[in-house]
Amino acid sequence: MTTKRGKARRATRAPAKENGGHVITVTVNGTKYVRTVEPRVLLVDFIRDELRLTGTHVGCDTSHCGACTVLADGHAVKSCTMLAVQADGAEVTTIEALAPKGRLHPLQEAFKEHHGLQCGYCTPGVVLAALELLQVENAPTEEAIRTAISGNICRCTGYVNIVRAISAAGDMMRPGRK
Amino acid sequence: MAQKVFGERVLRKEDDRFLTGRGSYVADMLPPGTVYAVFVRSPYAHARIVRINTAKAAKLRGVLGVLTAQDLKDEVGSIFTAWTIPNSDLKTPPYYPLARDVVRYQGEAVAVVVAENPYLAEDARELVEVEYDPLPVVVDTEAAVKKGAPQVHGEAPGNVAFKWTLAGGDVDAVFREAEVVVSQRFVNQRLQPTALEPRAAIAQYEPGTKELTLFVTSQNPFVHRLILSLVLKHPEHLIRVVAPDVGGGFGSKIPCYPWEAVVCHLAMRFGRPVKWVEDRTENYVATTHGRDHVQYVDLAAKKDGTILGIKARVLANMGAYLSTAAPGIPTILFGFMVGGCYAIKAGRVEVTGVFSNTTPVDAYRGAGRPEALFLLERMVDILARKLTKDPAEIRRKNFIPPDKFPYPSAMGLTYDSGNYEPTLKKALAKVGYDRLRKEQAEARKKGKLMGIGLSAYVEICGLGPSSVVTSTGFAGGLWGGSTVRVHPTGKATVYTGGHPHGQGEETTFAQIVAQELGIPVADIEVVHGDTKLTPYGQGTYGSRTTPVEGGSVALSARKVRDKARKIAAHLLEAREEDLDFADGKFFVRGSPKASKTIQEVAWAAYMAGSMPKDVEPILDATTFYDPSNFVFPFGCHVCVVDVDRDTGQVSIRRYVAVDDCGNQINPMIVEGQVHGGVLQGLAQAMLEQTVYDENGNLLTNSLLEYLVPTAMEAPNIETDSTVTPSPHNPIGVKGVGETGTIASSQAYVNAVCDAIGVDHIDMPITPEKVWRSLHKK
Amino acid sequence: MQARSFDYVRPATMAQALKVLREEGSRAKVLAGGQSLIPVLKLRLAEPKLLVDIGRIPGLAFIEERRDGLRIGAMTRHRDLGLSKLVRDKYTLLSDAAASLGDPQVRNLGTIGGSLAHADPASDWGTALLAFETDLVVRGQQGTRAISIDKFFKDTFTTALRPSELLIEIRIPKAERTDGGAYLKLKRKTGDFATVGVAVQLGLDEKGTVAGVRIGLAAMGPTPMRAKKAEEILVGRRAGPTAFAEAAKVAAEEARPASDLRGSAEFKRAMVEVYARRALETATKRAGR
Repeated sequence: MTTKRGKARRATRAPAKENGGHVITVTVNGTKYVRTVEPRVLLVDFIRDELRLTGTHVGCDTSHCGACTVLADGHAVKSCTMLAVQADGAEVTTIEALAPKGRLHPLQEAFKEHHGLQCGYCTPGVVLAALELLQVENAPTEEAIRTAISGNICRCTGYVNIVRAISAAGDMMRPGRK
Repeated sequence: MAQKVFGERVLRKEDDRFLTGRGSYVADMLPPGTVYAVFVRSPYAHARIVRINTAKAAKLRGVLGVLTAQDLKDEVGSIFTAWTIPNSDLKTPPYYPLARDVVRYQGEAVAVVVAENPYLAEDARELVEVEYDPLPVVVDTEAAVKKGAPQVHGEAPGNVAFKWTLAGGDVDAVFREAEVVVSQRFVNQRLQPTALEPRAAIAQYEPGTKELTLFVTSQNPFVHRLILSLVLKHPEHLIRVVAPDVGGGFGSKIPCYPWEAVVCHLAMRFGRPVKWVEDRTENYVATTHGRDHVQYVDLAAKKDGTILGIKARVLANMGAYLSTAAPGIPTILFGFMVGGCYAIKAGRVEVTGVFSNTTPVDAYRGAGRPEALFLLERMVDILARKLTKDPAEIRRKNFIPPDKFPYPSAMGLTYDSGNYEPTLKKALAKVGYDRLRKEQAEARKKGKLMGIGLSAYVEICGLGPSSVVTSTGFAGGLWGGSTVRVHPTGKATVYTGGHPHGQGEETTFAQIVAQELGIPVADIEVVHGDTKLTPYGQGTYGSRTTPVEGGSVALSARKVRDKARKIAAHLLEAREEDLDFADGKFFVRGSPKASKTIQEVAWAAYMAGSMPKDVEPILDATTFYDPSNFVFPFGCHVCVVDVDRDTGQVSIRRYVAVDDCGNQINPMIVEGQVHGGVLQGLAQAMLEQTVYDENGNLLTNSLLEYLVPTAMEAPNIETDSTVTPSPHNPIGVKGVGETGTIASSQAYVNAVCDAIGVDHIDMPITPEKVWRSLHKK
Repeated sequence: MQARSFDYVRPATMAQALKVLREEGSRAKVLAGGQSLIPVLKLRLAEPKLLVDIGRIPGLAFIEERRDGLRIGAMTRHRDLGLSKLVRDKYTLLSDAAASLGDPQVRNLGTIGGSLAHADPASDWGTALLAFETDLVVRGQQGTRAISIDKFFKDTFTTALRPSELLIEIRIPKAERTDGGAYLKLKRKTGDFATVGVAVQLGLDEKGTVAGVRIGLAAMGPTPMRAKKAEEILVGRRAGPTAFAEAAKVAAEEARPASDLRGSAEFKRAMVEVYARRALETATKRAGR
């Protein structure tokens, strides 16, 4: 937080891109971006501030809440606990990818049908965490669902409807069903 | 009206944008030219500020400026509380936007840095040199009022912020005649609301029009506007406050915070939009906390289990300063409900507000009512234990009978409607109470621990009748404002003074209007959260949006319908009384072909080519609805737990909630509110606790130490309901946003105490506390 | 909060990585999954001048059983250890550990090597690996060496790794069919560090006697530790409630917990006893398979 006894700190180097910017190539939602970033820039800040994809949210600073969850190379990760430079060469999926032409993904439909969201802040992260689960297991048990979203905090719903929604989405996404 | 929309499970209109990541939260906004503010906050809980050297920080390239209290002195006034409870000797020491001379809690802001980007702003913040001279610290509520405790404010001797008493009936007589008196001390521990969206603000100033615009995470933009106009001495009509999508509030986004005023000032000073976004660590020290009572309670009863009266002596921690609504929470919203569902004859509540070197305390989901119902329902179980009576029976015996409503409670408020026993019956049936008690008896023989905890509640919400609330010292009537407008092409907009942040009124208010006017829900937009767009409204908290703002919407819609009827009659050349209205159509009774749709009427009202006498053009109506009373939702919850004797771990086997919030506009949304509310109350009982060390360092300053439940800690929550409409509300609704929290903590604690056979364990009930109770007595 | 500035390099080969580490010494920190390091940087609790990202170096993530035992690459993600059938069938204690730490997102990125090198006193991997005669293979510019797990943890957040070295592999002796193990963790909620963590790996002979056993304890001192006295009690004894109760009691006495927000020392000690007993029971059941 703040300096206690006013110990002077050496002035840090000049800010932003003069300070050893790295060129990275990240594919986000299918689009390739080539950008220069400072090493310390978090992936979530890159997504939100540089790419202006603000559907990924920040809810804490200790990697607990999961609101920043995106898929990196298909796996759910907390984008606040990843540097943008680490994502060089990676394929990132954010919530904006799920309904590209406005037609909701089954997961999104299910969340709506089952009232799996209230204030909406945790929702993108929860949906992506659930997406990873449903990509490997389309008839998950309740315990598997709760485990899959155990890295996502929701303060509004009590999780009951989120679990229902994910289960229903699994039904919808099973092969052979429309 | 043939088609029913009110009462249906309509899917939420707000969901599409949230599900696709197109919500617009304050932190998502980035006006051109934005610069960033970060606050330098005191690491000390109590200290004199000796010296602040901002030179090094200000010199960093990209830093626009570094300000301290000195720079704000004549520009930004101190923040004040808006609830000055009368007859309480309330002390209101100033709360400066940046600390002057003394800091009084860890996290109080002493300086602010403005820079071109947020990373740089943090680098510069580290260069601000602040020299503190630490002062003695007091954090504990009871320690703060002891003789010799460090004084937080010179003008509040003994750290007493207020002393407030509420009494009804002859308490002393009741306790004299009592055959049984049970007594218990309770700690209703301090909590951190932890809305998932940290707070944020963006201020912009337009010198050409002198309009100051503040985008802010607020539950009540007009409250912010009013307070800021006074603090900034900027004309009220030239301030626009916009609360866009807000990611949860739970009371922590009601207050106007000092740093919001500072951000406004910075925008005016630097001529650039100024953006401040809190991180979670900052949120935990600088956003208001909740609860924090120590309560000494006595309950007077007869041997047959009749509850006669209740006394509560309470110390309520206010923190270092009085926040916006703070003084009214442990008094007005607490004291009146200590009788709960029971026909008690008398009660007395004495509350002392206490200053301490901790973060200011204000409303948190339930705000005063959880603290009241918790102590009452725990006392009922303690009484039941003492008398070896069934806790369900004692409750049933003491319920206010249904024929006594509206019921003038001993504490002074009239409960509008109630029918408590059916909720108890339903809850017990749903959980299989009798079978569980049998199972428990068998289990006890084998040394296995299981417990059943009941919780009956009635609470006060739908804030509220203005004459009452203003007489309690609240600086504003709590009426609801709305405009319903039907546009020329038959679409409608509802402008409301509420500001939902998860509660679903963008859908339910559309349902209200759809029901009244027959316009499809899809054609109705609900607008809220912008002081430039909506009629004056006091915002969303205290479960007021549906009953009060929703009541206003219904009245506005009815005015529109009445006006439309006049126009339709005129167009159909019929008498008003000969017209029926169904499915959005006015038609002459007996000649259904002679009809006008509401859309046709809207067009005619816009054209105004031929209007009835004395009727103005455009289908538009505004209502400021001042409710005649609060509303009193009620219910009964049951929690069943199993306890691991070796480790003290408790697992919730079942949780059943039966609630009555009057008419339900949308049962799906009602259920969602119950789920969320219940889990927050359970979280208080199981996990959450704000912890300070003796130096006032907040130890629970991150989600690592402040334990909020994940899906793994959350039980399944089964819900059911009864419907007892509010007789005075235009649509018969009561609030339900807080009922879950008001009921659930004590359901859990009652269950655990029942399982292990003790009178009481303070929350949060950790495995260690259970283990100690079992093994270390 | 945001981290202070640092430089960043992502070497493509082991040789490059070792060269950088040798040159930079303590100015550099190795970045593996980042799940421990990045939060530390964000809170400004550490200020390395250079981050060396080893995520692209090939050949560091694998789970293989060789004739002499199980070999795990240091960059193997927690998730993959949790999903491995080989690990679940034969080294079940490691499956328990993988499932018990963090949450799914953390498990997707975090690595066993990174976790070990971080050396938290409550390290689930550190504790679990203490229950085997684990060797940690470490490489520097001067060559490769193996460090016994018993000598690896020096102090809180301090290991036997030199600044210029990289942990590259974890080696566990081959488990017999008559071996069984379990890792039990008491935590306040999902994602929390252990309040108490007990790892047991034991081997039974044909008579059901304990032929060998190792017990690891998490969060009971400055580093994960062995409950050696408890182990001594068990060797040669018949695996059963009497021996387990005795051993568990001794393990609790060996533990050196501190009182903190997770509980008092007294409670933690009592839980060591309960969890040690339960872990021994579970390990024995699994040994029967």
